[in-house]
Amino acid sequence: MNNFSMKDVLKKNVMTIALFGIYVLFVILAFVIKGTNMLDPSVVTSLIEQNAYVFILGAGMLMCMLTGGNIDLSVGSFVCFAGAVVGLFSVENDLLNKWFGVWEQQLVDGEMQTVLVKAADPLSTPVVLLIAIGIGLLYGAVLGFLIAYVRIPPWIATLAGYLAFRGLGTQVLTKASTTNAISNFPSSLSSIFTGKLFETPWGQLNIPCLCLGILGAAAVVFINLNTRRNKIKKGYHADPLWFVILKSALIVAVIMFLTVEFALDGGIPVVVLWILAVLIIYGIITEKTTIGRHFMTVGGNAEASRLSGINNKLIMFVAYLNMAMLTVIAALVVTARTGAANSFAGQEFELDAIAACIVGGVSAYGGAGTIVGMVVGATLIGVMNQGMSLVGVDQDWIKIAKGLVLLAAVVFEISSKASREKASKMAMKKDKVAEAEEQLKEAEEALKEAETEAQEAFEKAKEATDAQ
Amino acid sequence: MAKVLLEMNSITKTFPGVKALDNVNLKVEEGEIHALVGENGAGKSTLMNVLSGIYPYGSYEGDIIYDGEVCNFHNIKDSEKKGIVIIHQELALIPYMTIGENMFLGNEQGSKWCIDWNKTYAEADKYLEMVGLSDSSKTLIKDIGTGKQQLVEIAKALAKHAKLLILDEPTSSLNETDSRALLDLMKKLKSEGMTMIIISHKLNEVSYVADKITVIRDGSTIETLDATTDDISETRIIKGMVGREITDRFPKRHDVEIGDVMMEVKNWTVYHPEFSERKVCDDVSINVKAGEVVGIYGLMGAGRTELAMSIFGRSYGIGISGTLLLKGRPVTLKSPKQAIEAGLAYVTEDRKGNGLVLSNSILRNTTLANLKGVSNGTFIDNDKEYAVAQEYVEKLRTKTPSVEQLVGNLSGGNQQKVLLAKWMFANPDVLILDEPTRGIDVGAKYEIYCIINDLAKAGKSVIMISSELPEVIGMSDRIYIMNQAKIVGEMKASEATQENIMACIVGVEGDTTGADGEGSEA
Repeated sequence: MNNFSMKDVLKKNVMTIALFGIYVLFVILAFVIKGTNMLDPSVVTSLIEQNAYVFILGAGMLMCMLTGGNIDLSVGSFVCFAGAVVGLFSVENDLLNKWFGVWEQQLVDGEMQTVLVKAADPLSTPVVLLIAIGIGLLYGAVLGFLIAYVRIPPWIATLAGYLAFRGLGTQVLTKASTTNAISNFPSSLSSIFTGKLFETPWGQLNIPCLCLGILGAAAVVFINLNTRRNKIKKGYHADPLWFVILKSALIVAVIMFLTVEFALDGGIPVVVLWILAVLIIYGIITEKTTIGRHFMTVGGNAEASRLSGINNKLIMFVAYLNMAMLTVIAALVVTARTGAANSFAGQEFELDAIAACIVGGVSAYGGAGTIVGMVVGATLIGVMNQGMSLVGVDQDWIKIAKGLVLLAAVVFEISSKASREKASKMAMKKDKVAEAEEQLKEAEEALKEAETEAQEAFEKAKEATDAQ
Repeated sequence: MAKVLLEMNSITKTFPGVKALDNVNLKVEEGEIHALVGENGAGKSTLMNVLSGIYPYGSYEGDIIYDGEVCNFHNIKDSEKKGIVIIHQELALIPYMTIGENMFLGNEQGSKWCIDWNKTYAEADKYLEMVGLSDSSKTLIKDIGTGKQQLVEIAKALAKHAKLLILDEPTSSLNETDSRALLDLMKKLKSEGMTMIIISHKLNEVSYVADKITVIRDGSTIETLDATTDDISETRIIKGMVGREITDRFPKRHDVEIGDVMMEVKNWTVYHPEFSERKVCDDVSINVKAGEVVGIYGLMGAGRTELAMSIFGRSYGIGISGTLLLKGRPVTLKSPKQAIEAGLAYVTEDRKGNGLVLSNSILRNTTLANLKGVSNGTFIDNDKEYAVAQEYVEKLRTKTPSVEQLVGNLSGGNQQKVLLAKWMFANPDVLILDEPTRGIDVGAKYEIYCIINDLAKAGKSVIMISSELPEVIGMSDRIYIMNQAKIVGEMKASEATQENIMACIVGVEGDTTGADGEGSEA
């Protein structure tokens, strides 16, 4: 069972290689053209912090797309709305005062006026978080119900959400504040989603961060080697040792690079923990669990999946419920990072998440895609964004470039799929031809044998007659 | 002697690996109704596709001589220009357009850029009158029944100034009265000088309407019968259709003990999900014992697949009534999931459509119906899954470089094996195999038969649905014959012959067995 091929591995990871190449290219360009060091710890940290929402939303969008190329357009608007609601309840504001403040009729400048005598208290952080989770569950359940059970096409149902939540969020913010934004979040809330773990001053090497990084790297190496050992012990097909070591070494290099960058920049950003948690959980769901497998099959062939005893409707429902919950997390992360809930928060987030999936090789028709691919796609777009702005490319041109990359990714995906199919069909045909040739050879041999036998028999008979 | 309108001389058409048509000859005279009959897959539709240019000139061998000249059609447009119009079995009408719009689709009336709606509807009404349809041409297609829709198709063909009309199974979706009306219309058109070719499985209709009957079997023309001089009774036609030799293509089962009744279906009635007054299964009662292979034979559209899918967790049809007993105990299965848990498996006839996930690997397809078998309910044991897939690839001798291969890249026979593996791994007591050997080559067929025998040996109950008579007779212990939603016969395989099975279908008395029995005329 020796079907390991380096060529296949390279083919499978072509996007990762492209990402690495593009990153190096921008590092050089930024340094040569503008003298900026893209490897500077603060630049690397901000690359990740800025794109945190893409990773989180991308995981949810991946699950939706797996069910058959379905997307959620309401993500960005719901980020805005969820942020506004969190702001509304966690910071003192006009709307909260209007609802819950104590108002009295008082004589001001000789006129009777309704005056606020006691402002409403903002809710405590746990309660606010519960409310946020609550609205996520509610919206996700309604959306999931409409799509899975009422059978409204996903893009229409979520287009409604896209329009409505932008309006609703803006309304809440306009009513709550004269500046149309809510800021000054309590630190008890924002510290859950932003800031650094075990923070140290800038420039000083952060020891806890280094330790965690080394631990993580060691864990990856251990898991990789252990998996291989188990496979061999049970007699299953396993990759060669040198490849496992090479793979582990590359992953360790990435982890250590980030660890050092974070350590120099004051510690691990809290948001990285959120990203890691989401990615690991969804990575396991898609690769290792039965429900993840169900997502793939519903998207791959809905009828086959139904006849295999899978509840397609439930899967669709879960996909959109899950998306709404991840959107809430993304809203909290974004609000905490910017320190304010704005009416323009979350604009085009849905498109970023979809683009990350598509560039990351998630099938636009459903049934295929991985978390790792999505991460590569999201990072690629993030690197292009940051790299081009550092080099000084105009925003409009960045958009054009991103559009082209998206298109190229899809074209590449489709053409490589076609060539793969062709190649494997050719291989199959070759097998068949080889088989037929073998059969022919066997037949020829049998024929020869028969001929010699006949010859012998003939000779014997001749001898017999001669003897007579 | 009337003028010969169409002559197809020694037409040979090969698909990769298969000779679909082998030296077929067809001669159609002007003003006659010529019927083409043959079993499923005999090559009737292929022949008509060659004639209408769907398979373009050059992709086949032989000549088409139409109206005195040799024709090289490159597409449907070419043949339509000459007046050859084909009406396919599946109606090609758009439900949310009017009759008039549908009739002139692609043939719009008016100037080059602008449709003249007055002219369209006036013309449409004219042709509707010709086919005897009194509805306004502004009625939406969805508001008229299938019988009338079929008439609209004919009117549409007439509007293209058809001289030769080809009807592919025109009555397959019609009820008795509508069918009769359609056949009478055909006779009326004939009296007005129209030439028609009809493809049909319903032999009583063929005898009723046809002037000449050409029998096609295994891609070759067997004979042409003339209604005025030859005997065209149904039994005579059947003889031509099935008169092939059965060679030893089926492996024998030895020492398989047939046990108790495993599954029994009583008075099973199912209605069509869209046309809710149409019964797709009508009071069907069947049973299958442990270790037994039961064949269900019927022509396309007899309701076999519908029966199987409705039993399998009500995955098809509405208004299902009847009782289902498993090992003697009545059960209600409301979803495929419950059916699988109860020990049923339905191996679909449409492996690409609803059997396999082509974009997934062999590995994932194998375990799809029984993920519990390789997981603890939540987490999948990938190593175990790999081992299971590998085991089945070896057991069924699926040809593939690895179990990671995408199923979409496999050949038909190997895909079928993966599909079987999927359901074998679900470990059912009863397997319903719907056309298990459709579209796969002879070698793979033999292997599938061996797998079926192994299943029976292991004490499983197998129901094999098939429209290939030799297969049903060669593989089954017992055979049910299904026609027009009903079970019309049951016999032991040892007593079955192709003739008496076909006789059950056309409703001729079952005692006229034997190829040269004098059939009781219909």
